[in-house]
Amino acid sequence: MAESSEPPVVLLHRPPSLTFMDEILTREFRTLITDTSSSESLPSFFPRHASSARAFVISGRLPVTDELLSHLPSLQILVCTSVGIDHIDLAACKRRGIVITNAGNAFSDDVADCAVGLLISVLRRIPAADRYVRAGNWAKFGDFQLGSKVSGKRVGIVGLGSIGSFVAKRLESFGCVISYNSRSQKQSSPYRYYSDILSLAENNDVLVLCCSLTDETHHIVNREVMESLGKDGVVINVGRGKLIDEKEMVKCLVEGVIGGAGLDVFENEPAVPEELFGLDNVVLSPHFAVATPGSLDNVAQIALANLKAFFSNRPLLSPVQLD
Amino acid sequence: MATSSSTEKLPRVLIVKRPDAMAVLGDGFVASTKFEILKAFESPLPLPEFLAYHSDSISAIIAPVAAPVTADLIRILPNLRLVVTTSAGVDHVDLVECRRRGISVANAGSSFSEDVADTAVGLLIDVFRRISAANRFVKQRFWPVKGDYPLGSKLGRKRIGIVGLGSIGSKVATRLEAFGCQISYSSRNRKPCVPYHYYMDIEEMAATSDALIICCELNEKTLRLINKDVLSALGKRGVIVNVARGAIIDEEEMVRCLREGEIGGAGLDVFEDEPNVPKELFELDNVVFSPHSAFMTLEGLEELGKVVVGNIEAFFSNKPLLTPVL
Repeated sequence: MAESSEPPVVLLHRPPSLTFMDEILTREFRTLITDTSSSESLPSFFPRHASSARAFVISGRLPVTDELLSHLPSLQILVCTSVGIDHIDLAACKRRGIVITNAGNAFSDDVADCAVGLLISVLRRIPAADRYVRAGNWAKFGDFQLGSKVSGKRVGIVGLGSIGSFVAKRLESFGCVISYNSRSQKQSSPYRYYSDILSLAENNDVLVLCCSLTDETHHIVNREVMESLGKDGVVINVGRGKLIDEKEMVKCLVEGVIGGAGLDVFENEPAVPEELFGLDNVVLSPHFAVATPGSLDNVAQIALANLKAFFSNRPLLSPVQLD
Repeated sequence: MATSSSTEKLPRVLIVKRPDAMAVLGDGFVASTKFEILKAFESPLPLPEFLAYHSDSISAIIAPVAAPVTADLIRILPNLRLVVTTSAGVDHVDLVECRRRGISVANAGSSFSEDVADTAVGLLIDVFRRISAANRFVKQRFWPVKGDYPLGSKLGRKRIGIVGLGSIGSKVATRLEAFGCQISYSSRNRKPCVPYHYYMDIEEMAATSDALIICCELNEKTLRLINKDVLSALGKRGVIVNVARGAIIDEEEMVRCLREGEIGGAGLDVFEDEPNVPKELFELDNVVFSPHSAFMTLEGLEELGKVVVGNIEAFFSNKPLLTPVL
C-alpha cells in the first residue's frame, strides 16, 4: 500500500441524533459525514465527493446495495456499527473485494442483559404486576397471580455466538440448565447441543433467539417449533424479528399454544402486532437491547480500531466471514 | 388415618388466617398424618371464642405474616410449644415472649430464597434497563409516533451493595456477578470466606454503590435503616431494590427523593403499609412496583409446605427443627 502523508478518506453515514462517532473519526481521518435526513441522496453525493473514500462507516441499517457500492470505486472496507449484516449485499461486497467488519462484541453484554431481563420479566410477570399495582388492584383484589420460577428452568439458546454464550453464562448463575442449537456444534462448549431447533424446543422451557438472520434462519421459529415448545413455553427474541413467523406467533400466544414471549425485535419495526398489546404474558421492548451509552462507546472504539488496523495492514478486530 | 383405638392424640396446630400458600395449594399445603390443623378462619365462631374453646389443646401455630403471634395470643395458649412461620421473616412473632415461655420458633428457611433473589435481580434489570416502562411505551402505541425510547443504563461493572448477605443476599450476589457487577455487602457481621468487600457502615457502602439491594430481616436495628443520609449518599443515579420488608426504608423520605430526582430509581416488592403503596410514585417511570410477590412461585410454595410440615413433624417426634430461629 502506498504511503500517504494525508490521512485516508473515510465516509460516515449516520442518523442525525447518533453523533457518538463523529469526533473520534474526524480526529484520525479525513471524514465525510452524511446523515440519514439529508436532502441529497447518496448516489448523487458520492460520485462528486466520495470517489477516493476507502472506508465507509455505517451507523444504523442503511441498505448497502450493489448499486450504492458502484458509486464508491475506491471502497475497500465497510465498517458496520451493528452486529447484524442482513442489510448488506454480501455477494456484491465479495465480488468487489470489500471487507466488512461489524460491532463484534460491543453490544453483547447489553443485549444479553436485556435478554435475561426480558426472560425474568415474562416468567415472573414483573411488568404485569407493576401495572396491577399502579391500577390500584392490589388493594382492591389482593394477591396477583403466581409467576413461574426462573431458577432451574431449561433454557435453549438458538445461536451460541457471543450474545448467546453471554446469555448462557448469566442464566447458569440462576441454576438454569442450558442447551443450544447452532449452525454447528461448538466443541469447546459445556452445554448440550441439539442439531435441530425442533428437538431444542421439545426439551426446553424457554427458547432465547440470539442468532443472525440468514436465509436459513428466516422464520426458524415457526408453528411447529412453538407447538413443540408447548403451552408453558416462553420465547425470547433479541435477534431479528424475521427469525420468528410473527403472524403464527401472535396466533400461538392468543390461543395459548405457547405460554409467553419477550420481544425486542419485530418483522416490521416499529410496527408491532396489535394483538400483543393486551397480553400480560408478553413483554415488548422497542429494539433497544443494545441501547446503553456504554455499548455505543464500545462500538465506536471497535469501529476505530478496525479502521486503524485496516489502514496499517494489521488484522481486523471483528471481520465478518463472507461465505 | 387415625384408628379408633389410637390413644395418642395428634398435636393440634392453629392457623388463624389462611396463608397465601394455602390459598394457592389448598389443604394439601400442610397435610400430615402426624398433626391436626385447626383453621380458625373457617370457623363460624368469632376468633376470641374459637381460641377460648380450643386454647388448651393448641400446641403449635403456623403463622403467616398476616396473623402476627403477639404476646396476648401466646398468653391465652398455655400449651403452646412451637411457632412455625410461612415466611423467612419472623418480625411478626413476639420473640421475647416466646423466649420467656420456652416456645420454639422455626421459619421458612431458604424455601423462597431463589425466587426472591430472582425477583430482586429482575427488578434491578427492569429499573436500569427500563423494561416495564418500555413495555408500557410500546403497548401504548408510542413507538411509531415518538421514535426510539431513551437509553437505559449498562449493568456491567455496576457497583451493587447488598444489605444482608444471608440466603437471599448471597444468591443475589452470585447472580449479579455473572452480569459483571461488582458486589459489596453490609451485614451484622463480616462473613468469612466471602469474596465481596464488606462495609460495616451502610452509608459508606451507599456512597460507593450504584445500587442497593435490601435483603436483610426487619428488627430493631434495621428499622428505618435506609434513611435520609443513606439515600443522600446513594445519590442521583443510585437505584434501590427492596425485597425484604417495607419498614427497613424510611418510605416517606424515599418517596420524596424519588420525586425530586435525588435518587435514580427504585424496584419495590414491599411497603410500609401493604397493600397500600405511595400513589405519588405512579407518575414516575423509574419505579417498578411488585405486590409482595417475590416469593410467589408454585415451586417455592410447595417447598415452603415441605419445610413447615417437616419442622412440625420433627418437633413432635423430638427431633431437631429443620429451620430453627429460636
